Amino acid sequence: MPNRDRILSRVRSALGRSSGQAIPALPPPRLVIPTWSSEERIRRLQENFRGETFVAVDSDEARDFVASKAQGLAAVASNSSVLRDIGVSGLPNVQSGFVNRDELRSACIAAGVGISSASYAIADPGALVVLAGAEEERLISLAPPRHIAVVPADRVLTSLDEFFTVVPDPALESSSMVLIGGPSRTGDIEMTLTLGVHGPREVYVVIV
Amino acid sequence: MATAFQQQIHVALSDLKLQRTIQSATARFGEKRREVISPDVLPEYQELRDHASRLKKHTLDHLDYYLEMLEARVQERGGHVVWCSDAAAAVEAVVAIAREHGVKLAVKSKSMVTEEIHLNEALERNNIEPVETDLGEYIQQLARERPFHIVAPALHKSRADVADLFVDKLGVERTEEPEELTQIARLILREKFLSADMGISGANFVVAESGAVVLVENEGNIRMTTSAPRVHVAVTGIEKLIPRAADLAVFLKLLGRSGSGQPITSYTSFLSGPRREGEINGPDEFYLLLVDNGRTKVLADAEKRETLHCIRCGACSNVCPVYRRIGGHTYPGTYSGPIGAILTPQFAGLGHEPELPFASSLCGACGEVCPVKIDIPRMLLALRRDIKRGEAREKRWPIEKLAFQGWSWVMRHPWVFERAGLLAQVFLPPQGGDAWIRKGPGPLQAWTATRDFPPRAPRSFRRLWRERTGKFYKEPAA
Amino acid sequence: MSTRVSLFVTCLVDQLFPKVGLAMADVLERVGYECEFRQDQTCCGQPAFNSGFTAEAEAVARHFLKTFETAEYIVVPSGSCSAMIRHHFGDLFAKDSAARAAAAETGGRVYEFSEFLTSVAKVDDVGARYESVVTYHDSCHALRDLGIKSQPRRLLEKVRGVEIREMAPAEECCGFGGTFSVKMGELSSDMLDGKIQSIIATGASDVVSIDPSCLMQIEGGLRRRELPIRALHLAEVLAKT
Repeated sequence: MPNRDRILSRVRSALGRSSGQAIPALPPPRLVIPTWSSEERIRRLQENFRGETFVAVDSDEARDFVASKAQGLAAVASNSSVLRDIGVSGLPNVQSGFVNRDELRSACIAAGVGISSASYAIADPGALVVLAGAEEERLISLAPPRHIAVVPADRVLTSLDEFFTVVPDPALESSSMVLIGGPSRTGDIEMTLTLGVHGPREVYVVIV
Repeated sequence: MATAFQQQIHVALSDLKLQRTIQSATARFGEKRREVISPDVLPEYQELRDHASRLKKHTLDHLDYYLEMLEARVQERGGHVVWCSDAAAAVEAVVAIAREHGVKLAVKSKSMVTEEIHLNEALERNNIEPVETDLGEYIQQLARERPFHIVAPALHKSRADVADLFVDKLGVERTEEPEELTQIARLILREKFLSADMGISGANFVVAESGAVVLVENEGNIRMTTSAPRVHVAVTGIEKLIPRAADLAVFLKLLGRSGSGQPITSYTSFLSGPRREGEINGPDEFYLLLVDNGRTKVLADAEKRETLHCIRCGACSNVCPVYRRIGGHTYPGTYSGPIGAILTPQFAGLGHEPELPFASSLCGACGEVCPVKIDIPRMLLALRRDIKRGEAREKRWPIEKLAFQGWSWVMRHPWVFERAGLLAQVFLPPQGGDAWIRKGPGPLQAWTATRDFPPRAPRSFRRLWRERTGKFYKEPAA
Repeated sequence: MSTRVSLFVTCLVDQLFPKVGLAMADVLERVGYECEFRQDQTCCGQPAFNSGFTAEAEAVARHFLKTFETAEYIVVPSGSCSAMIRHHFGDLFAKDSAARAAAAETGGRVYEFSEFLTSVAKVDDVGARYESVVTYHDSCHALRDLGIKSQPRRLLEKVRGVEIREMAPAEECCGFGGTFSVKMGELSSDMLDGKIQSIIATGASDVVSIDPSCLMQIEGGLRRRELPIRALHLAEVLAKT
């Protein structure tokens, strides 16, 4: 008997269920959304996120902040329209628009800073939501030792609960969604905190 | 005559360095957990536990339905589902996938189920090099040791230990600085990530409705493992399913807090298949291996089914007075700590590890902290009962059973109970005055080796009561 | 409302620590209750149950239920025995719904001693006096199965002359665990070691508990180390005037 049939038949006989048997309705997911104003969300995000948060008044300020953090470093940026709109992709030391996998990979490994957008930010717990795709390649926010994420102010959500209300199924959006709570870290050696293990050691969030 | 298990316990208890290390590390985890689940920080904590427990129960009670839903969704997104009845089938499947894609080097992230099926050994036997990428697991792999703790695999190693290990196995210059040791590992492992043909991960949660695996980490090695190589193989036990993505709002709040005292870990990945149209990063192929390996046996036992709620957070180990004294390696099987004490006998068969459920004082600290409300003490008691029943059937002279049968008879005959007490006095060494017994006979020896034992009171309570009041209670006439 | 209570002293108290039972009776009488002792009582069945011998435990549990069938309040100087009756008798009678109902009904009338004083008698101050620095050991079953944490402390706080110092870490098991104490003797002793270190660190002269089994373990360790610290049951402290 193939493994699939064997396992399913074991499961059914363990549960006393038959093939095709219906299941009772599941209550809706528990989603409790705090009622925080935009200012409150940003304030909480700044408090909770384990990285520096910068609130830009306009695109220019955002771009200037990114430029300052990328200064003197080889930088790679995603193809996100958010980054294009604020003029990051146009910065002199920033490479973007890759179509070749190996080239993108080499650029990410060699870069000192990776610049991405975030589809959302979550105030509590502090986190960024990055949805991978053609506009947002995975390694950009992972390989370089410094990561800068730009997120539109109206995309700062209160909570995970709110996120799952807005995006009930991330699989519909992307092959890979990652919630970034801060820099890469470990305590595996004597419970001593060390940053920048396999991912960035510094993360910056720019809210615009 | 001490059993092998008891001898190992003795070795662990005598290892002072081990004692110091586990005690302080688990104390930190325990402390951090308490901070982040306290009523002022997370007032909804008990409510979340209730929800999590109910969601797990619902999913397990209808597991066939959710497994089929999962399979359909994964396939819709271009992934492959491989069903594996047992460890051998799972290992065979990984090797077959590796062969199909010409894999020579595989990078791996931390996964208890891959330990359970002994995947690394099988890959090595088939000339495929597996490299553990979680720093703690990497250390353990270099040392050729099993992980010591579900969340912190190298908990028991000091920086000096790691320094020596790196010098020995990697030929690097000796340093004891965790920062520098980490950088050494980062460079070596980065090279592996980029040249590996396959990435193997486990799964913290498997979302049926989305056809996705959810992976939680702090280092970034899981993101690397599942993004850089062309093939991603996710291995999971069939019990890891949850119904919907939105249910993660409950589970993610519990996992990080319970395991390492973090409201959120550095990275939570939600992966639903190979890269999509237009993406140039990400795997070309995604395989999800659904492993049974004894889980359907546990599922079939309605009394103990809740064992499968486990989300592998490690909170139970961090508060267990036994784990905190003997450490992960003293437990037989893959899983250690209180969850190991109830899972291993169910997986391995009661006759294989009959002592394990008895290596507990039933203090209940584990059940108190379990985020998915597994009543571990109740499970331990049920296993004890099952083990003793099994022994009674098999042994020619079940001495302990006979002793308790005698005890039970005495306890149902109060006048015998009173006299048995008097009789016991005959066997115990005479004591003067208030003195307790320093050296007891027979089974008492295990007690009096380290503690004094109280003598029988010269006059029992019932006798003293009769003297005090002149009477006992009598049922009033009907 | 009745002022009569039935004492279930437990097998350990009856045979090894009768003074605990007498002290409990003293205190109950002092706060206005008449005490009766049903001579058919023996044990709650816990030793067999914890060791996996459920049939033997069940037989003893039935004997308990029969003995106390008509008692209105059953007061017990033991957290673990109270938890056995209230939490586990139901498990023993899984296949007998009538017995399960009887167990639940009787269980509803079983009170651990400090619980009885604070919830039923509704007293915190029993008129006790004891000049001493004490520390309180939370027995695991009382704490986790019955939620008994504040009640003994409230009663101790009202004892004239007592200063309470809490152990750190708190809520750690003393290592008794029934037959665990002999089957896994080395582990049990190591846990006891930790408990004694915590007691010593408080500087207390007495360690107080509501569980005779914990006290047996702790006192056994204190005596072996020839430490001057006394191990007292809560009833013994409350009985002092």
